[in-house]
Amino acid sequence: MAHTNNIAERIIESNPMIVQQFRISRKIKETHDTFSIELELPDSMDGFSFNPGQFNMLYVYGVGEVPISISGNPSKNKILTHTIRVVGTVTKAINNLKVGDYLGVRGPYGAGWPVKQAIGKDVVVVTGGIGLAPLRPVISYLLTNREKYGKVALLYGARTPEDILYIKSLEKWRGRFDIETLVTVDRAVGDWRGNVGVVTTLIGKSTFDPLHCIAMVCGPEIMMRFTIMEFIKKEIEEKNIYVSMERNMKCGVGLCGHCQIGSTFVCKDGPVYCFEDIKDLFQRREM
Amino acid sequence: MENLERILTEHPFLKGLDKKHIELIVGCASNVIFKAGDFIFREGESADSFYFIRHGRVLIETYVPQKGPIMIRSREEGEILGWSWLVPPYRWHFDARAVELTRAIALDGKCLREKCREDHDLGYEIMKRFAKIIAERLEATRLQLMDIYGNGTHK
Repeated sequence: MAHTNNIAERIIESNPMIVQQFRISRKIKETHDTFSIELELPDSMDGFSFNPGQFNMLYVYGVGEVPISISGNPSKNKILTHTIRVVGTVTKAINNLKVGDYLGVRGPYGAGWPVKQAIGKDVVVVTGGIGLAPLRPVISYLLTNREKYGKVALLYGARTPEDILYIKSLEKWRGRFDIETLVTVDRAVGDWRGNVGVVTTLIGKSTFDPLHCIAMVCGPEIMMRFTIMEFIKKEIEEKNIYVSMERNMKCGVGLCGHCQIGSTFVCKDGPVYCFEDIKDLFQRREM
Repeated sequence: MENLERILTEHPFLKGLDKKHIELIVGCASNVIFKAGDFIFREGESADSFYFIRHGRVLIETYVPQKGPIMIRSREEGEILGWSWLVPPYRWHFDARAVELTRAIALDGKCLREKCREDHDLGYEIMKRFAKIIAERLEATRLQLMDIYGNGTHK
């Protein structure tokens, strides 16, 4: 029997298409349409290692599969965290699951953010809406390895104060002297006293050095386009700008072609790309 | 005045301006302080000044009946507040409210308009700088209208 188990484990380890069962240990309501889930690892796993920016395919049995970025802390590999916006059938089904229910997981997939290349430089992270989810592991990583980096700046935009993700984390980061955290909303009512305006307006307020920095951008493509325009104005080189592309990913391993843009497969070669490498694809309308 | 001249000379908005033009501008400038909650201007009032914010934060709001004030932009240290003084009929289109203690240099718009009329080189420099600000704000407003965070495909 032990022999059979070993074979099964080897098959699972060697085959990225095999789904494993993870138990939901915690659900956190982030905003009116977004929640996070924490997953317990199966007994067969010692830890779940991933690079900031990678994603998993989450499978609701009998409903379907969906690619979701990992949003937890990469140094805490006993818990797997995902943040999900309810936008379709599968995400709605995940939201209906309760603590103790099981979810299928396969991954991690894709190329992550260039946290190693950024060593010794300033890092500016610009994100909007739920785009903060795939970048939260970057912030955790940078803060865990803080001495290796120059200035770290997080510029985050949301539609309204009620749409701001990870309020507690943002408050914690704002209280630290080693990370510049600027948050803005498109519009607000009531007792909001912070910035109002789109996230690109924060770029001029931040103190990072544009000539010695790595910029990481994640959000809707329109937001990324205008953010990159601001970066170019500030003379950040294209080779130092990284973006996260979103396409309809199905297999996660570059076989099915659903997420193909030009000659690249977002699930395998991305979702994080150096802007210099994909700038020709970035604004092509038919893509 | 010497202090105001130094502050205005060092401000990025006036970077590269001739000394004689700075001196003309300083003649229209004064230091102002607003407490948290003070309205700096209100919609419909005569727009006779603009502000170099030195410290603090100002929210630009519009009042919507049955909803109350909606905040649409914020301005803070280093930014310019207000350009309605430059365009007829010289009326504010929105409210501006300090949300914390705010220090600024106020420029008398009427005074500056007159000096721009007398010295077209100064007028050109001021117009050029405000055109850039207005263009940036127009772009930011378009982005706000596009609701850029609302259509993400991250699920």
